[in-house]
Amino acid sequence: MNALEVKDLTKTFEVGKTLFSRGLGVKAVRRMSFEVRDGETLGIVGESGCGKSTLARMLVGLLPSTEGEIKIEGKVQDKASPREFGQMIQYVFQDPISSLNPRKTIRQIMETPLKRLHGMGKAERDKRISEIFASVNLREEFLSRYPHEFSGGQAQRIGIARALAAAARILILDEPVSALDVSVQAQVLNLLADLKLKFGLTYLFISHDLAVVEAVSDRVMVLYFGTIVEVGPADAIFKQAKHPYTKLLANSAPVVGRPLEAPKQKGDELPDPLNPPSGCPFAKRCIYATEICETIDPALMEMGEGHFAACHNPIRG
Amino acid sequence: MIQFLNLLFRNRLAGLGAGMLVLILLIALITPVLPLPDPNITATADRFMSPFSEGHLLGTDHLGRDLLSRLLSGTRLSLAVGVAAALIATVIGSSIGIVAGFLGGRTDNIIMRLVDMLMAFPYILLALAIVAALGPGLNNALIAVAAVNVPFFARNIRGVTVGLANKEFVDAARLNGMSNGQIIFSEILPNVLPVIVIAMSTTIGWMILETAGLSFLGLGSQPPQADLGSMLGEARAALITFPHTSVVPGIMIFLIVMSINLLGDGVRDAIDPRLKSGALSRPLPATIVERKEVPPTPDKDLLSLQELRTEFHVGERVYKAVGGVSLKVNKGECLGIIGESGSGKSVTALSVMGLVASPPGKIVGGTVSFQGKDLVGASYNELRSLRGDRVAYIFQDPLSTLHPLYTVGDQLIEAMQAHRSVPQKDAQARAVELLEAVRIPNAAQRVKNYPHEMSGGMRQRVSIAMALANEPDVIIADEPTTALDVTVQAQILSLLNDLRRERDLAIVFITHDFGVVAQLCDRVAVMYAGQIVEEGPTAAILDDPQHPYTKRLMACVPELGGGKRELHAIAGLPPAVDQLPQGCAFAARCEFAQEVCRQGGIMLEPKGERAVRCLFPVNADQIEVTL
Ligand SMILES: Nc1ncnc2c1ncn2[C@@H]1O[C@H](COP(=O)(O)OP(=O)(O)OP(=O)(O)O)[C@@H](O)[C@H]1O
Ligand code: SF4
Ligand code: SF4
Ligand SMILES: [Mg+2]
Repeated sequence: MNALEVKDLTKTFEVGKTLFSRGLGVKAVRRMSFEVRDGETLGIVGESGCGKSTLARMLVGLLPSTEGEIKIEGKVQDKASPREFGQMIQYVFQDPISSLNPRKTIRQIMETPLKRLHGMGKAERDKRISEIFASVNLREEFLSRYPHEFSGGQAQRIGIARALAAAARILILDEPVSALDVSVQAQVLNLLADLKLKFGLTYLFISHDLAVVEAVSDRVMVLYFGTIVEVGPADAIFKQAKHPYTKLLANSAPVVGRPLEAPKQKGDELPDPLNPPSGCPFAKRCIYATEICETIDPALMEMGEGHFAACHNPIRG
Repeated sequence: MIQFLNLLFRNRLAGLGAGMLVLILLIALITPVLPLPDPNITATADRFMSPFSEGHLLGTDHLGRDLLSRLLSGTRLSLAVGVAAALIATVIGSSIGIVAGFLGGRTDNIIMRLVDMLMAFPYILLALAIVAALGPGLNNALIAVAAVNVPFFARNIRGVTVGLANKEFVDAARLNGMSNGQIIFSEILPNVLPVIVIAMSTTIGWMILETAGLSFLGLGSQPPQADLGSMLGEARAALITFPHTSVVPGIMIFLIVMSINLLGDGVRDAIDPRLKSGALSRPLPATIVERKEVPPTPDKDLLSLQELRTEFHVGERVYKAVGGVSLKVNKGECLGIIGESGSGKSVTALSVMGLVASPPGKIVGGTVSFQGKDLVGASYNELRSLRGDRVAYIFQDPLSTLHPLYTVGDQLIEAMQAHRSVPQKDAQARAVELLEAVRIPNAAQRVKNYPHEMSGGMRQRVSIAMALANEPDVIIADEPTTALDVTVQAQILSLLNDLRRERDLAIVFITHDFGVVAQLCDRVAVMYAGQIVEEGPTAAILDDPQHPYTKRLMACVPELGGGKRELHAIAGLPPAVDQLPQGCAFAARCEFAQEVCRQGGIMLEPKGERAVRCLFPVNADQIEVTL
């Protein structure tokens, strides 16, 4: 069973729109299709501006898609409201502090999903909050405090607790640890792993940190310029990268014991979203580019077991 | 709330305003029960009696009406109308602002264009036009004053709401099943309320004045009813001959508006959190120095810190951000400082050139010696001549060092000319050279770009070029690649590495990434709670960390190529630097901690090239950390 299926999902933003004229279309997400299996952690990596957050916001219904189809647990979600989405799929935000309303107590924050999504009564809510707090290792005395009294790591636990309260089976984790210190980051990642086992959750884990993604994911999807350029098993995708961009990412990550040398690439500019290239969007930076790359945008093709890449000249070996 | 009142009344003027206002309000409240003659009874025989005449404490006006009685009932009326106008303007204006800001898009566009149109009319003309259209009368004056103030509230509140509507907690509320209306009331409103209160408390005085103005022109309250404005208007004819008839209401208007404005400013200052930390007081150009003793300065290293201590004094609290740091760096060498957030890395770096914001920052001990000269005791002029010239900084956010309104070329030229006179032409050529040195393609064209026309990586290259402009001896880079994508980070790191080789630069590189340290730095210092806990050659420390913290911290970091795995977290949090424990700061989280660890300060023990601040260092041959 697939927890989530996405087909040809596209998002076009209109920029420079005024009252009188239609703006230009910027394609932030371009015909993405993928699926997330039940109980799986799918890692999503890519550089800033590649469409990670736009994709995530469409999946939870915070942003309407321009085209395409989202199927959650087998059901097509075309006209679903955020409220319906909220019971099936939840979001954990990058900035833990700003995801909590500064003027509400933690109890009020925790009660919202229980009340609004599940219509629970007072006694039932209190019981549920105690259970959830116990499972994310938070003390109940925190419930009467305000968000600014917490450290980033604690605030992120509260954000996770809120997502659990909605009782959704799928969590989108949008850079959940990038605002945290490494020692706290590991605490939160381990907590997420425990919760997943305990509640049978499915994760979409978005991050720009390749090592973190590799450490927590079953499969990894690499995005570039709004499309999926490679997807494959976490233990193979960086080691045996097929797409030149994945390889560039993997070689750029600072690793203890590897000499410092910027990996080869032709330029470092992303394509202009207002004027997208007709061929492979990576062609301007790619050292493997050939003539065909300038004209034909490559499609995802299987290049190993469960390993797909969109490239005319994939790296072999 | 109590804290708020304390803060409010610490401001004497606000206290005075509040006192005066309470008094005026009290009098206005009890006016109906005071034994006063009817304010509207005329007695032409008693016209223009002077103050302190019998039966008329403040005298009488041109129709012989008792001035005191008219004054008090006029005050009541003016206050009531002014407050009503303010409330109406606040409620309508804020609602418009919240709805426009929250919904955004087309709705926002249309609403705000309408508001702009209202604002385009001169204020008083608009009020006059409204009264002219509706006809004179107090109610219509009230409507007019409220209407002309609506745009002010709408604009201000919209601005704040737009900021809030994009906050992640609003998204979270949506996902938790709240409707737009519920979000506005329970998420947005509580957060804009302080702004509404500030806006109202600073404008209500003017609204009272405007209502009085309309009445003065005969467009507000109609005779015989008195408000302060109409009293003034009626007294105008006798301004020279019987000045008391105009002075009396005049003083009252003055007192009301003054007290409200003093209080309003006080409220604004007390609510504005920037004032709470005292941060609005302008920082000094160099950090305050208050050293008890001045240690001797060794002169053999290019840049060296000895026992540097920097503290922040905020109210009663003392944050020991840097608690005795010793470091050194020489030509062509790269020293890494690694540590978690709040461990004092940035404050250490900023202390070198006296750049820590003062107040609240203070250097309370130690020395910073640059080529044998103590910089901590140096004058501001000496520091300024070294800043950016011999010692340059690169920060995490290049936009904080680049000015958005000048081209990068102009900024490079300015950086050079700040320290020595360079002919414009040479400076221009040099600016291009610098951009080429940081590997910006097509440098001759790029010098003409503004910072916003460049990508994040390009901008960071430009800030490196700025740092190189005067051929400095030392570059202090505070997390220069943290905000960049990995592919760009790799390029910037290798650029810095090449530059130090080519130019024999000394680099102090602050980071929280072991991978970066391993690739770039010759030596590394690990900081925890304001102190260095371990220091030495990078390879030695990474292969064989001896401080328990270093070892645990390294185990927390996943490394690429390790596959799916569990990470080793360190339980707990670092101590707050205003409540440091006695003894070892890591003791609460350390698995080797013994009683002695908690007793006294622990020294950084040198061992050959390395140094460790721990009583029971981990040895290389000891078994793996058990978890
Ligand atoms: N203006 C200030 N007023 C009060 N305390 C301050 C101020 N600036 C810094 N501090 C305190 O000094 C300590 C050290 O801060 P510093 O910025 O040096 O940490 P850091 O190691 O650079 O952290 P990061 O990795 O987050 O940049 C912190 O506890 C911080 O709260
Ligand atoms: S399709 Fe061509 S340009 Fe694109 S990544 Fe593959 S080789 Fe490079
Ligand atoms: S001094 Fe003691 S508590 Fe501190 S790190 Fe060493 S063993 Fe641990
Ligand atoms: Mg810092």
